[in-house]
Amino acid sequence: MTEIKKGMPKNVSGLNDFVVKFANVNGSGSSSANHMFAKSIFRMGIPVSARNIFPSNIQGLPTWYEVRINEKGHVGRRGDTCDLMCSVNPESMPRDVKEVSPGGYFLYDNTKPLDLRLIRDDINYIGIPLTQITNTEYKDPRQRQLFKNVIYVGAIAALIEIEFEVLVSLVSDQFKGKEKLIQPNIHALELGYNYAKDNFECPLGIRLERRDLIKDMIFVDGNTACGLGAVYGGATVCAWYPITPSTSVAEAFEKYAARLRIDPASGKKNYASIQAEDELSAMGMVIGSNWNGARAFTATSGPGVSLMNEFLGLAYFAEVPAVLIDVQRAGPSTGMPTKTQQSDVLLSAYASHGDTKHILLFPSDPKDCFDQTVAAFDIAERVQTPVIMLTDLDLGMNDWISEPLEWDEDYSYDRGKIMTAEELEAGKDFGRYLDVDGDGMTYRTYPGTHPDRGAFFTRGTSRDEYAIYTENGDIYVENMERLTKKFRSALEYTPKPVITERGTDKSYGVIHFGTTRAALDEAMDHVSEKGYEVDDLRLQSFPFHDSVLDFIESHDYVMVIEQNRDGQMRTLLVNELEVNPKKLLPILHYNGTPINATFIAENILGVVGADKVQPIHKDSA
Amino acid sequence: MSYIKPKFRHPDLPTNRIGLTEASYEGAISTLCAGCGHDSISAGIVRACWELDLPPHRVAKLSGIGCSSKSPTYFLNQAHGFNTVHGRMPSVATGANVANRDLTYFGVSGDGDSASIGMGQFAHVVRRNLNMVYVVENNGCYGLTKGQGSATQDQGSASRKGAPNPYSPIDLVGVALQLGATFVARSFSGDKEQLVPLIKAAIKHKGFALIDVVSPCVTFNNHPGSTKSYDYTRDHVETGVVMDFVPYQEEIKAKYEPGTTEEVILHDGSAIHLHKAESSYDPSDRLSAINKVQEYKDDGKILTGLIYLDPVAAEFHEMMDTSEMPFNQMGDTELCPGKECLNRINSSFQ
Repeated sequence: MTEIKKGMPKNVSGLNDFVVKFANVNGSGSSSANHMFAKSIFRMGIPVSARNIFPSNIQGLPTWYEVRINEKGHVGRRGDTCDLMCSVNPESMPRDVKEVSPGGYFLYDNTKPLDLRLIRDDINYIGIPLTQITNTEYKDPRQRQLFKNVIYVGAIAALIEIEFEVLVSLVSDQFKGKEKLIQPNIHALELGYNYAKDNFECPLGIRLERRDLIKDMIFVDGNTACGLGAVYGGATVCAWYPITPSTSVAEAFEKYAARLRIDPASGKKNYASIQAEDELSAMGMVIGSNWNGARAFTATSGPGVSLMNEFLGLAYFAEVPAVLIDVQRAGPSTGMPTKTQQSDVLLSAYASHGDTKHILLFPSDPKDCFDQTVAAFDIAERVQTPVIMLTDLDLGMNDWISEPLEWDEDYSYDRGKIMTAEELEAGKDFGRYLDVDGDGMTYRTYPGTHPDRGAFFTRGTSRDEYAIYTENGDIYVENMERLTKKFRSALEYTPKPVITERGTDKSYGVIHFGTTRAALDEAMDHVSEKGYEVDDLRLQSFPFHDSVLDFIESHDYVMVIEQNRDGQMRTLLVNELEVNPKKLLPILHYNGTPINATFIAENILGVVGADKVQPIHKDSA
Repeated sequence: MSYIKPKFRHPDLPTNRIGLTEASYEGAISTLCAGCGHDSISAGIVRACWELDLPPHRVAKLSGIGCSSKSPTYFLNQAHGFNTVHGRMPSVATGANVANRDLTYFGVSGDGDSASIGMGQFAHVVRRNLNMVYVVENNGCYGLTKGQGSATQDQGSASRKGAPNPYSPIDLVGVALQLGATFVARSFSGDKEQLVPLIKAAIKHKGFALIDVVSPCVTFNNHPGSTKSYDYTRDHVETGVVMDFVPYQEEIKAKYEPGTTEEVILHDGSAIHLHKAESSYDPSDRLSAINKVQEYKDDGKILTGLIYLDPVAAEFHEMMDTSEMPFNQMGDTELCPGKECLNRINSSFQ
């Protein structure tokens, strides 16, 4: 056994650039210890990301926590390997050991000897008697379980040089208000720290060194940013039904609204968070509130969007604003409910029967989640139509570093075209579906506005410009054409694509969206290092801005990178922009793990003609 | 629509306290079949709103899909209406009500809309005790698709072609009582005397008020052998508790034997006077109401009138502890916490 002892050769090496993965049993309390580990690196000023890879289960199944550290700021997934595996779940050890990159480290509980079948010649083994230590130190089984997690964090701190004071300050923050717990946690950290110091040569080849790269950046998950965005965006009603991975959007809204939206005089709530009986009802409530002039939203995942289809068609045709945050997970059907994908693109773009189209937004990090949620309410009310934000499990449920959230004090909500009681009183002509401005967007009135003017019937049936029911084909067609025009007019209000040009060679371009961004940025560095100039365009919204077509036309071939099987965004581009499908080359990653830089770089380089590239991790093997 | 209602009205028509004639509460001309029970209910709603001096534009009327759901077009022209999707009006009404608690909400549904496709939403809006009037225009069949049986059709009741219904019926009154509804009534579209006070009390009730109105379908379910026909209903309805609605500070008109009348005060000071018939029961006792509905059913009779009332239960806004100010009147001041606060939140993520 190549147990690492003092004086062992340091194989894998990396300063502020490596991957640590924790293999745990879910329900064992590991997540707060693992989070403390990731946050400590953030507090040392080094860019970091952390991903939970978890089962659809509450207790007893394997779960992983993957931490990417990269001082260049690349915090997407690097690939399918890690440099240090902290494997405390015997059940998953056989697969955990395979994931360690050659020269990497496998940390395990050596209270019992390691199964010989788990021995590889090309990696280092770090045995720490976690069970033995906890059995000696603690009597209560629950304490033994919880502190075991803290002890391995302490040990790793010594092995990779996490500043101990940073851990101490994190423990103090975590147990603010429960001061009794601070000292025992610090003690547990010390147990691990000292054991590692006494038994191994610290640091390992992979290690940390304080930097000042974080500045004012934040470390937060996308769902929290969405929930906060809804509070700042003026939502008063959140109607929702529990579903992974979107539930924490509603929870975040509720958490912040409870602190920020209490009427100071009465102590009552300037918001309502309603847990509906199902997703259909949640969307019905959103439509009812918006119809009545309050900003309302729902958060769900693919199965919920399927159920909301009928209501989305109503909102589209009756022109009622609605905001839907779809935190995508792996489908179809129940699919892999705790794994990530970008597979609701077509479902959302054309949701519901008949001819429908919906505005889509694609956030790529927590700041986008916040900004686009705020924008979604403005767009929905301006265009009077549903706005669907397509985030995903990777962004929604994992902590990402992000630019801080910003607020412009001069900004005020755009409530769209609303005819007031004064305007009605002055005799202004009111036709609910009368296109007076020529942009397809028409005036609405809130119920209860004026005693004898401005009332109308909202319906999912066809109607004329004054909202009177009609089955006249010409009037129906005129209305449908106006809806198409309105959809185009929405481009004035939706975020534009972000284009990165890397040179004069226009042979190849890349189109991507959402969470692919982080891994793509890293992959592009690698592609550039190989001498290729590949531009990329990150979509932020649908309908597509003209610059998307320009980008496709100005490149010979465009790779469309997405996290689904069927190339849904590519289909949408072909369908909406009428480009030659042969120009659009699909690069698809859909096994439920977040797309990674190695995969992207290999595939791009495969297309642009290079040989298969070396794994991106420069120091491995 | 083929007809336009004449706008000319007799100048001496009586007006209510806000100066409106009953005609000001009417809607478009009905396109339902001549003699449809639903039109009588629309007329009852018009009368009730007029007598209560409700400003018509301060009412919002919502419905699902079906003949019943067309009827909001036929009353209160000055009120905003929302014809939603089949069986899902309760959720839209919930959202609307949460957005503006100051309007009066009328939901009009049917037996298919509420007892079949919308059973789930019906059950849950009852649980929320949403402050609204929920009228079920119950004819035991799907009129708009030409007379298929619905879930409220009685077992054994014959279809137009003579086939008896094999399924056990859903009684929305029984279901609502079981789910904790706070105002439960049943009526008959042919009995305006009973219906109008019930609607008035339902409007004034602070919470969810169900009125299940047997409303015969003259075209598809009015034949011998049907238990939802005019003839059958007339022969089998029996009022359990006679109810008068007395607006706040108005004198009592009806006179009953002393000791047989009970007064229930509603939240705004208006009163309901309950005159109990001999065979009666206590409409403030849920269990007794549930039993009575079932006893009548077992005897082949239809219990009508105010069946159950709880005037003090918390309605949805009280459960949610929301501000008095309607959400749809809130602006940036009430809603946006501002930049400084966001900076503090940023710090909590560092």
